[in-house]
Amino acid sequence: MGGRRVIRLEKRPEASRAFSLATPVLAVLATMVFGGLLFTALGKDPFVAIRTIFWDPLFGEFSFFYRPQLLIKGAPLVLIAIGLSLGFKAGIWNIGAEGQYIMGALFGAGMGLAFYPMEGWFIFPLMVLAGAFGGWIWAMIPAVLRVRFGTNEILVSLMLVYVAEQFLASMSLGLLKNPEGFGFPGSRNLQQYESAFNADLIEGSGMHWGVVAAMIAVIFAYVLLSKHRLGFAIRVTGEAPRAAKFSGVNPTRLVLFCLGMSGILAGLAGMFEVSGPAGQITIDFNVGYGFTAIIVAFLGRLHPIGILLAGLLMALTYIGGDIAQSNLGLPAAAIQVFQGMLLFFLLALDMFTHYRLRFGRGEVA
Amino acid sequence: MTQTPLLHLTGLSKAYPGVVANDDVSLSIAPGEVHALLGENGAGKSTLVKMIYGLVKPDAGTMLMRGAPFAPPEPRAARAAGVGMVFQHFSLFDALSVAENIALGMENAPKMRALSQQIREVSDTYGLPLAPDRVVGDLSAGERQRVEIIRCLLQEPKLLIMDEPTSVLTPQEVEILFKTLRKLSGEGTAILYISHKLDEIRALCDAATILRLGKVVGHCTPAETSARDMAEMMVGSALKTPIRAGKTPGDVVLTLAGLSAPSPSAFGMPLRDISVEVRRGEILGIGGVAGNGQDELLSALSGEVLSPVGMVTFEGRDVGQLGPTPRRKMGMLSAPEERLGHAAAPEMSLTENALLTGAARENLDPRGVINWGAAQRFAQKIIERFDVRTPGPHNAARSLSGGNLQKFVIGREVLQRPDLLVVNQPTWGVDASAAASIRQALLDLAEGGTALIVISQDLDELMEISDRFAALNEGRLSEPRAAQGLSVEEIGLMMGGAHGMEVAHV
Repeated sequence: MGGRRVIRLEKRPEASRAFSLATPVLAVLATMVFGGLLFTALGKDPFVAIRTIFWDPLFGEFSFFYRPQLLIKGAPLVLIAIGLSLGFKAGIWNIGAEGQYIMGALFGAGMGLAFYPMEGWFIFPLMVLAGAFGGWIWAMIPAVLRVRFGTNEILVSLMLVYVAEQFLASMSLGLLKNPEGFGFPGSRNLQQYESAFNADLIEGSGMHWGVVAAMIAVIFAYVLLSKHRLGFAIRVTGEAPRAAKFSGVNPTRLVLFCLGMSGILAGLAGMFEVSGPAGQITIDFNVGYGFTAIIVAFLGRLHPIGILLAGLLMALTYIGGDIAQSNLGLPAAAIQVFQGMLLFFLLALDMFTHYRLRFGRGEVA
Repeated sequence: MTQTPLLHLTGLSKAYPGVVANDDVSLSIAPGEVHALLGENGAGKSTLVKMIYGLVKPDAGTMLMRGAPFAPPEPRAARAAGVGMVFQHFSLFDALSVAENIALGMENAPKMRALSQQIREVSDTYGLPLAPDRVVGDLSAGERQRVEIIRCLLQEPKLLIMDEPTSVLTPQEVEILFKTLRKLSGEGTAILYISHKLDEIRALCDAATILRLGKVVGHCTPAETSARDMAEMMVGSALKTPIRAGKTPGDVVLTLAGLSAPSPSAFGMPLRDISVEVRRGEILGIGGVAGNGQDELLSALSGEVLSPVGMVTFEGRDVGQLGPTPRRKMGMLSAPEERLGHAAAPEMSLTENALLTGAARENLDPRGVINWGAAQRFAQKIIERFDVRTPGPHNAARSLSGGNLQKFVIGREVLQRPDLLVVNQPTWGVDASAAASIRQALLDLAEGGTALIVISQDLDELMEISDRFAALNEGRLSEPRAAQGLSVEEIGLMMGGAHGMEVAHV
C-alpha cells in the first residue's frame, strides 16, 4: 500500500454558509496578494499600487473627483449584472451583454437625435424606451434561435457582440455622424442637447438616471427572486430543470424572459451611458461593461445585494486601475490581469462552499 | 457452526453528525451462507455494507475476514480481499456495450475478445443470459443487473453483497437470479442479501439479521419465521396491512384514446396506442419491467409532454394540450418515480418543494406573489400527516432519506385532494411501514372517490391495492383485467413474458 499523498475533493453534505459569505472577501484578499506579487515583478511597490487602486479613489487627495466616478462606472455594471444574474440562476447564459449594451446606446441615441433640435419633455422617456428595445431585440436573436432551433445561446450572444461593434462603427461613420463634426467620426454630443441629456440629478454627484435605474433593478430583482412565482421558477430551473418542468415551468418562456430582461437592462445601461457620461456615439464607445458585468454577477454570487456591492468594488478597481496607470505607469494589461485574478480566485474558492479537501494516502496509480 | 466464519463483525459503530447509523453491530457469515440483512429505511443497512465494502470507515469495532483482521480503506482493497457488491443503482454507460462497461470497472482489463469470452463463460456457468456485445442502453433493468453481477463474479468474490436486487425484476427474472445465487452459494460464495421483500428472504436466505435504528434487534432463520414476525421485528410495532374497500367504481374520470408519443431520447421508449379508461374510486395498477414506457406515460399524464388533440380526456375535457399547472388546477396530479431532481429539487427546502407542485391548488402564490407562510404551513402539514422524519420544513430535500422524501412527495399530492392521481413507483426503496402507510393513503384516496393510476414494478404491491391490472411492454399497454384472481404467471405473461427468457439456458 505504499503511495504518494493525495488530495481529494469531497462534497459537503450541506453547502457551507460561512464559506459562501467568506469567499468574496477571501477572493479579494488573494487578489491583493497575488496582484501585489505581479506589481512587484513589474518593478512597482506593491503596497503603493494596492493603495492606489483600493484606497485613493475613496479617501485620497482627489477623492472628491473619483467618488462620483464610482457611481458612474458602477451603475452600468450593476444594471447589466442584475439582468445577467436572472438568466445565470436558471442556467441561461447570456454572455453578449456588451452587444446589447451597444445596441441600446445606438437605439437610444438614434431616437434622441431623430428629434434634434426639437426640445420636449417626452424625448428622454422615448429614448429610454428605445434603448430598452434595442437591447431587448438584440437579446431576442439568441433567445429565439435557442427556443426554435436549440442553438447555444453562449455562442450566438457572444458572436452578436462583434456584429454590434460593426454596427457601432458603421453608425459613427455614417447615419449618426455629426453633420457639424468636421468629418470626425461620432455623433452629436447629447450633453449639449438638453432634452436628451441624462444629466446628474444633483450637480457633480455622479447620480444620473442610470444610477436610479440600477437601484430600481436591484430592488426589482430582489423582490422577484424572493417573492414572486417567476423568480421561484428561475431558481428551480437552475437547481433541477426536470423538477421545474414537472412543476409547470415553461422552459421556452423562461428563456425568452431571462434573455429578454438581461437585454433590456443592458440596453438601458448603454442608453444612459451614451446620453450621459459618454455623451456621444463613437467607434470606441463600448469599454467592456458587458463583459465585466459577468464577473460582477458571479462576484455578487448572483444575489441582487451582492451584485450591488460587487459592482461598486469592480468600479473601484477600474478607477483605481486608471489612477495606477497614470500615476504609477502600470500597463493597462496588468490592471486587466488583476481584475481577471479576482474572478479566478472567486470561482476557485467558491468550490469550497460545496466541497472540502481531504488529505490522505493513495496507491501508486 | 464450528468452522471459521468467512466474515465476522464485532461491535461495529458509526455515527454521523446528529445520527448514529450503526451502534454495536455484530454478525457473522459462514462461507456459502446466504445471509439476509433486514431493516427499515435509515436502519443502518447501507452504512453497514459500506463499511464492509470499504466506502465508510467504522468509528469502533472490528471486522475479521477468515479470522484475519479486515479493515479495507477503500473499495479496491475490499475487492482484492474478495468482497463484491451489486448496488441498487447501476453505474453503467448506456452508449457502451456490455463488455466495454465491464472493462471500465476492472483494474487491468484483458483484451476485449478475451473479456467477451470470459463474460460468456460466466454467464453460461451461472445461468445469466447476456450477450457481451449488446449496447447497455437497449437492455432491460434485469439485464443491466446481470452486467453488474457478472462484473463482480469475474473477480471471483468470496462474499457478494446485493442491495435490493429484485426491486426492478419480473417474477421470472427473480427466479433466474435466485437460481444463480443458490448456485454461487453452493460453490461456497457467501451472499449478504439486503431486501424489504420478506417472502424472498424466506425463500432464499439461510439466516437473517434484523436492524432497527442502527442496532441489531434480532437474528432468525427466515425459513422458520413467518414474514409477519420478521416485519414486526423490523418495524417494532404491528404491521398495518392495507384494507381493500370493495366498492363499485363511479364515472369515468380519465380516458386515454390511442395515446401515442415519440420517444423523448435515444434510450427512451415511445408510447404506442394506449387506450384505457379510469373511473372514480378505482385503482388501475400498471406493471411492467422498468424502461417500457413508465416514465413516458407519467410525463404524458402530468403535462410535461403534450399530446395531440383527442388522446387525453379528463372529466370530459381534452387536456392533451394543457401543461402541468392547468392540469393540476383541474385536479389531475402526479408523482414521478425519480424523487431527487424530478419530483423534488434536491438543494431546495421542503417548503420550497411543497410550493413546487402545491402552488396552484393550495393557493400558495395568489396573483404570482408567493405566500411563504402558507407554503411552510403546507410543508409542515405534509410532514405531520405523513410522518416525514426531518428536523423541519427548512431542511433541504437532499438531506432526507429516500423513504422519508417519498412520503413527502406522495403526501404533497395526496393532501391536494386530487380527482386523478398518477404515481410511479410509490414505494420504491421505502421501508415496510412507510410503504404500508403510503399504500393506505392511496387506498383512502380511492375510497374518497379519486381515480388512481399506480405504476409499479412491485407486483405484490399492485396485487394488494389494484382493482384492475394492466402491464406496459415496449410502450404498449395490455388490456386491463380485474386484479382479483390473477396468478403471478398470468401477470408475467401480460408483462411480455420474461425479458430474455428465451435465451436462458438454466
